[in-house]
This record gives sequence, structure tokens and C-alpha cells, in this order.
Amino acid sequence: MSFINYMAREINCKIVYYGPGLCGKTTNLQYIYERTNPDAKGKMISLATETERTLFFDFLPLSLGEIRGFKTRFHLYTVPGQVFYDASRKLILKGVDGVIFVADSQFERLEANQESVENLRVNLAEQGYSLDKIPYVIQYNKRDLPNVVPVEELRELLNPMGVPDFEANARDGVGVFETLKAVSKLVLTELKKGGA
Amino acid sequence: MVNPQMVMYEEEFNQIQGVVDRLVREANAKVVFIVDKNGQLIAASGDVENIDTTSLASLTAGNIAATGGIAKLLRENEFATQFHEGENQNIHIQLVGNRVILVVIFDSKSSLGLVRLRVRKATDELNRIFEALLSKVAEPGGDSPFAEITDDDIDNLFND
Repeated sequence: MSFINYMAREINCKIVYYGPGLCGKTTNLQYIYERTNPDAKGKMISLATETERTLFFDFLPLSLGEIRGFKTRFHLYTVPGQVFYDASRKLILKGVDGVIFVADSQFERLEANQESVENLRVNLAEQGYSLDKIPYVIQYNKRDLPNVVPVEELRELLNPMGVPDFEANARDGVGVFETLKAVSKLVLTELKKGGA
Repeated sequence: MVNPQMVMYEEEFNQIQGVVDRLVREANAKVVFIVDKNGQLIAASGDVENIDTTSLASLTAGNIAATGGIAKLLRENEFATQFHEGENQNIHIQLVGNRVILVVIFDSKSSLGLVRLRVRKATDELNRIFEALLSKVAEPGGDSPFAEITDDDIDNLFND
């Protein structure tokens, strides 16, 4: 649910990075944080365990620039990917405007990806959203690793709806901004429709 | 969309800002701010120059969301009030109309009793303002500034 502030002439949107544990959600945010101009970003917050696993969420506020005199701000969140943090994941999805699913391309994580997409669908539905309607893109991460599933196969399993999808290697930044731009565009396009 | 879009107009913003400005003074607070439950900052007052209000807004909303989750597990409707006591500063968090969060940060110049008293009064006022705002947003015919944007406008955002 975006927030339009006529007083401050701002529009705020919430993007959530979803995906199985260790798929690279936090790594996406860290790369964006490192590569963004200081005046376009706020502080990145990570609520993580001592072993740097996301406990509750990561948060990164970004300014994208102006549209028709309105500053566009995106709040990026990640969910904790580990299965037993499901209660927390549901909370992060509240008020979401767009979702990026980060898939781990490695063979051994194939099932974890499928479970996570299914979990996303269920948790969104609990908040009253449909994965088929919400702005949604998929990122196939870790393409640089040797043991990866071919993209065609991942696409078949994880992207039957044919939403925009991207290959990535988030550690080196490959595909990170492309994925973010794609979902941001979808969110803004949705706003345009919703405002009619 | 299931949730109505959150919209803030000048008239209501000024009313809300008036309430938080007064709360800072009457409660002897350092900072007062209002956040929606999704973590968007709505208004702030007091010594805001020295704090990161965006981060605070997001964390407060996360805190309220987690507490709400606990309430649900315990079959409580909600825990509307939270208080965190630090060595030098304290924070009082109040859920207003199950919609927005009123946060008061204060130190030894004030007291929990005073803050609670003033927050209660401000909560009633804020409830009225937000109810009026919500019914205004629900009215048909409110033009969105985004109805007019073009694909080019969106593309231009990403060209640099």
C-alpha cells in the first residue's frame, strides 16, 4: 500500500525481497546500498542474528527521483528466509506494493525455492493479496556458481505466470539493479492504474 | 487492492502536525513522531535533526507488528501501549485507532505519568483526524497525481 503525501509531495512504496534461506536477499540490499549515491539513500538496517542470518528484516530507504513534482521513495525490505521464521515473514508483507522473489539457482536448493514461492503465495493471500495480481518479479541468483539449474528449468518451475525474470550474481552486483528497476516500474505502473 | 491507499492532504497534515507539536511541549518530550503501521513516517516534531526518523519509523512499525503477532497468539486483540526504559532516554509507543503509531521519546525532564496523560489526550484528537482523513480518501473522484503519468515519466526515473 503506497503512501501519497500531498503535503511533502512524496510518494512512498514498499518492496519486499522474498526467497529461501541464504538465497541472497540481504546481499541484494547490501549491493544496492554500496552502489547508491549517499543523498539517495538512508541508513541500511539489518536485524540479524550473531551469525548474520536475518532475524526479522533488513531495511533500506531509497529515493529514485521525481515524477511530476512528486519525490518517489522506495522502502526495500527483506524477509528472514529460514523456514521457522514464518510468523515474521507474514508481518513484513503487510502493506507491500511489490515483491522480488530471489531464487537460489543451485541444484540442491530447487525444492527450497519451490516451497518458498508457495509460502509467499499463502502469506500474501493471508494479507489479502494475490501473487497473480501484485507487482512481482523473479531473480535467479548465484548464476556464477558451477552447480546451477538451467534458467529454462527454473523458469518452468518457479515462473509459470511469465513475470519479468532476471539472472543475477548478487555478490558481484550482476542483475541487482535490473531486478529492482523492473519491480519499481511495475509498482509505479500499478499506481498509475490505481489512480484512475 | 484490499487496503485503501494511504493519502495525506495539507489540511489534515497541518492538524496532525499541530497535535504532535503541542505534545512535544506539553509532555516535555524530546521527540514525538507518527508512523503508519507499514513504517511510513507521517509527522515528526521536536529535536528531529539529530535522529534518523526514517529508520526509527521502520523499526517502530516492525516492533508494533511483532507485538501484534504476539497478541494474536495470546488471543489478545492488541497491546496498544509499549514502554521502553533506557538509562537516559525512554520511549512510549501508542497504537492509535489500530492504524497509526504515536511515538514519544523523552528523558528525565519528563515522566512516564505525564507522557501517558498527554498521549491519551492526543490519541483522541488523532483518532478524529485520521477518521476524517480516511473518509475523505474513500470518497470517489479524488484525483491521483499518478493517473496522468506516462511510461516515459517512469522510464526517465531510471535513466541515470
